[in-house]
Amino acid sequence: MTTGLHKPSAWAQEQARTDGEIMLDDATAKRLLELGISRRRFLSFCAGMASLMALPQAMVPQLAAAATARTRPSVVYLSFQECTGCLESMVNSFAFRGGTTLDNLILNLISLDYQETLMAAAGEQAEEQLRTVTQKSGYVLVVDGSIPAQWDNGYFISGERSGVARFRDAAKNARLILAVGTCASFGGLPKAAPNPTGAVSIQTLMRNLGISKPLINLSGCPPIPEVTTGVILYYLARGMPDLDDLRRPSMFYGETVHDECYREESYEDGPLARSFDDAAARRGGCLIKLGCKGPVTHNACATIKWNQGTSFPMMSGHGCIGCSEPDFWDRLDLNGQKGFYVPLANGEGEDEGEDEDEDEDEGESDERQEAKGEREADDHEQERDDDEHDD
Amino acid sequence: MATTPNVIIDPMTRIEGHLRIQAYAEPDGQGGGVITKPGLSSSTMVRGVEAILLGRDPRDAWAFTQRICGVCTVVHGLTSVRAVENAIGIKVPKNADYIRNMMIGAQYVHDHVMHFYHLHALDWVDVVSALEASPAATASLARTNNPGHKPNQGRLPDTAYFQTLLTKLNGMVSRGQLGLFANGYWGHPAYQLSPEANLLLVSHYLEALGWAREVVKLHAVFGGKDPHPNLVVGGMPCTLSSNPGRISEDAGGTSLNTAGLAVIKTAIATMKSFVDQVYLPDVCLLASQYREWALIGATEGNFLCFGDFPDPALVRTEFKDGAIDYPAGYLIPPGVIWASDPTRLRPFDPSLVTENVAHAWYRGSTAGEHPSVGSTTLHYTGPKPDGASRYMLDESQRYSWIKSPRYDGEPMEVGPLAHILAMHARGTLPTDKLVRRAVQQYWTDPVTQDGLGLTVGQLNSTLGRIFCRMLETKIIADQMAVWYQHYYNHRSGAYWNPETFTRLTQPQQWPQSVGFGFTEAPRGALGHWVRLDRTSGLIANYQCVVASQWNAGPRDDQDTPGPYERALVGHRLVDVKQPLEVLRTIHSFDPCIGCAVHLIDPDGQPLMEVDINHAARVSLAPDARCATPSDVHPPGVGGVSDGASPT
Repeated sequence: MTTGLHKPSAWAQEQARTDGEIMLDDATAKRLLELGISRRRFLSFCAGMASLMALPQAMVPQLAAAATARTRPSVVYLSFQECTGCLESMVNSFAFRGGTTLDNLILNLISLDYQETLMAAAGEQAEEQLRTVTQKSGYVLVVDGSIPAQWDNGYFISGERSGVARFRDAAKNARLILAVGTCASFGGLPKAAPNPTGAVSIQTLMRNLGISKPLINLSGCPPIPEVTTGVILYYLARGMPDLDDLRRPSMFYGETVHDECYREESYEDGPLARSFDDAAARRGGCLIKLGCKGPVTHNACATIKWNQGTSFPMMSGHGCIGCSEPDFWDRLDLNGQKGFYVPLANGEGEDEGEDEDEDEDEGESDERQEAKGEREADDHEQERDDDEHDD
Repeated sequence: MATTPNVIIDPMTRIEGHLRIQAYAEPDGQGGGVITKPGLSSSTMVRGVEAILLGRDPRDAWAFTQRICGVCTVVHGLTSVRAVENAIGIKVPKNADYIRNMMIGAQYVHDHVMHFYHLHALDWVDVVSALEASPAATASLARTNNPGHKPNQGRLPDTAYFQTLLTKLNGMVSRGQLGLFANGYWGHPAYQLSPEANLLLVSHYLEALGWAREVVKLHAVFGGKDPHPNLVVGGMPCTLSSNPGRISEDAGGTSLNTAGLAVIKTAIATMKSFVDQVYLPDVCLLASQYREWALIGATEGNFLCFGDFPDPALVRTEFKDGAIDYPAGYLIPPGVIWASDPTRLRPFDPSLVTENVAHAWYRGSTAGEHPSVGSTTLHYTGPKPDGASRYMLDESQRYSWIKSPRYDGEPMEVGPLAHILAMHARGTLPTDKLVRRAVQQYWTDPVTQDGLGLTVGQLNSTLGRIFCRMLETKIIADQMAVWYQHYYNHRSGAYWNPETFTRLTQPQQWPQSVGFGFTEAPRGALGHWVRLDRTSGLIANYQCVVASQWNAGPRDDQDTPGPYERALVGHRLVDVKQPLEVLRTIHSFDPCIGCAVHLIDPDGQPLMEVDINHAARVSLAPDARCATPSDVHPPGVGGVSDGASPT
């Protein structure tokens, strides 16, 4: 389902050819006028989003209507064991492409009714706001950070309540839960060995608490902001997107970053970068020898890129560290070693005959991916077992 | 607990992380009160990042420590690579230093501007009052206050511009969807700005969001993404593109091509213009209306800097491998200022840094001991949450996940105020002279000459922190173009020391097994200590002593309060149920609580009794660092480049 959308220029092409071709209903057109948003820029934003998500352009008016609904969907954003990078990413980078301001996410698309880092209210007034907005049902609950599974160990308390209680109460009336970032999706950094605080992912905590609600994992450390925005928009317009076995939207996590990386060519034909600063590195040679985890990492970094298409890790010379995959902090690679600079197993790191290895066709790569998929499934089972054991 | 706290803020919002503040205000009989004793500052979240680092590849440490904080995203990563480089004795090529300066510099400018508008402004700006503003009068105020700021499609904002904003705000109110602005202390008598000033600052709040998105592109070009750009031990992972044009599968290339360099240049220009045209005049506008906040919020008056921004203009030696030695100085000097002698900058001695867990939730000794001696594990002894017990923290017990760092046994304030006072005291570099000139022009000059008529000593205050944060942003934003030019001139040189990874496998080559890395983060002095195992080459110990830890830490074994706690003394609250005044002072420190919470060395090995090359950098050249300018006369000309004078 992702065919055609992961080409780097897709967005730009859509932006170029959407002007004036799409009919908006009157209500949407009127709302744009009220909001002082240029129709052309807005359409290009919607068309770009549609393109990223592999939606037909006929869907654009539906997205546009969702994005301009008079009563904006309420979003409650709770933070647990996190670093605020996920929010920083969302705030810094969201924009209608080519638009003049970016107040749009906060002021136009959604009503961000609770977010501790940005909200005016504090202390009791903030708590009151949380109670008020979570009494009504139908809000989207965004969560970043992992949560200590045990409620009374004191590793997370806010507003005199444990992370477990805060999450449980906020989840009660939510219509959708978005786990933003790898900590919320899979446990992330706090869960890295030896997991000193007994941190778990949102999915695990929901299982522990018997909460059954629609959940989408938007992994990444942090996630790409357009992914978050796109998924919210998609959900408003069309409901749940297709998810992979890790509950990530396939439209953004369906391919590996390696498959879409411009350096992939040299993975097969060489020359490979052997040092961060050698001739091959300057030429844009594949970073596999320097530990790149691109072949086993599912994300859209190489297509959407970062910070309005400015760059992405491999373009700036560093291998992928695999940050959108479960337990990437503890991944074992060559010779069972952990590390972001340890080459992947399966031959890439061998010194002899390596170029021949890399000349092999994509079949090997696919097998590796399948093996990876199985490994992840196992890990997931393992996580479940561990958690049950904790209980 | 002598008196039951009646001022409680939990969660403390508009900060990074999870913080609870308690204080007791002597009631005035009208719902308000005066805080006469130090408050209580508690971090209520812990992850245990240092424990997670044990036994890992030291090359990876930066990625872990970077995730201590996504707001300070560059500084922990950079401090970590510096610590490992120090441990194994690797020097980095000068391009790496230039780029690192630009990355931390961009972090400062981005962070400080966002702090002012998005985390702090709503303590001073009444959004509901803004709804009363006249759009025409606001446009007129914009013309005089920010004459060079043209967000209105390249023109000054006019009446229609502010009318559109008002319509948008009114729409939120009429739909009952105030979003982030819901339930603030709107209408609180401590808000003193006119409706027009409120509306103007709300417009800049929104514009700053768009601005921030542009300036972090610098991090994306050098580090591949922001937040959490990539770094590497031994230099920088980015390198100059062999193909100056567009990258592609066929032509290859890297982000450092013609387009990437242009993005950096544009980001730097965008930073400077917003700081000059918007941030600086807005802080002056706000300060003129809230001048009395220079009389409140002081800490003990002890300040500490580790120093940062090795200044390429002061290079004395270039090593053979192209790295630079900086005996002459850092833009922000390392040093210590004691309350008893506030104009003198004394040398910083890293061996005098200690940590104390007498009031923190760690198992171990309550005595004031060396940072890594004694206490080892997480040990929560506070009240149970979720109503299982009465939840109140007690300053006589353990009450925070933050340890209390001390320097020579004393609590120290770190951050922009410390930076500015240190530069002011040193007074030798052109940028120091610029600091003195700006402090005079904006702060000490009489009101009749458009100053604030305040003293240098009154910089130690809530308003002083806001002012110093703005002033250092101005200085660094100007400096960015200088660093860029140095980098640009050397861009085809080396970016990474290719001996680095080999050296890591050769412990016999290491000058020591403990490395010290330091940075002046936007929130102040940041140090990482890493000890490597000489057999396995893996991390045997990792220790961070972090800016917000200095400021937000709890009492120590002598029951001496930390800076946040001390700064609350003297606050008069109009309404103890709406403690806006307390928010103002706590926010003036720019709390970053994710950064502040750390574990202690599990096996009790002292980390700091080591010959440290980086520390040598710090303690070198005492002449430059211990300048004792008793006269604080503004120098006439400081040899500052044209771009660097305040506007």
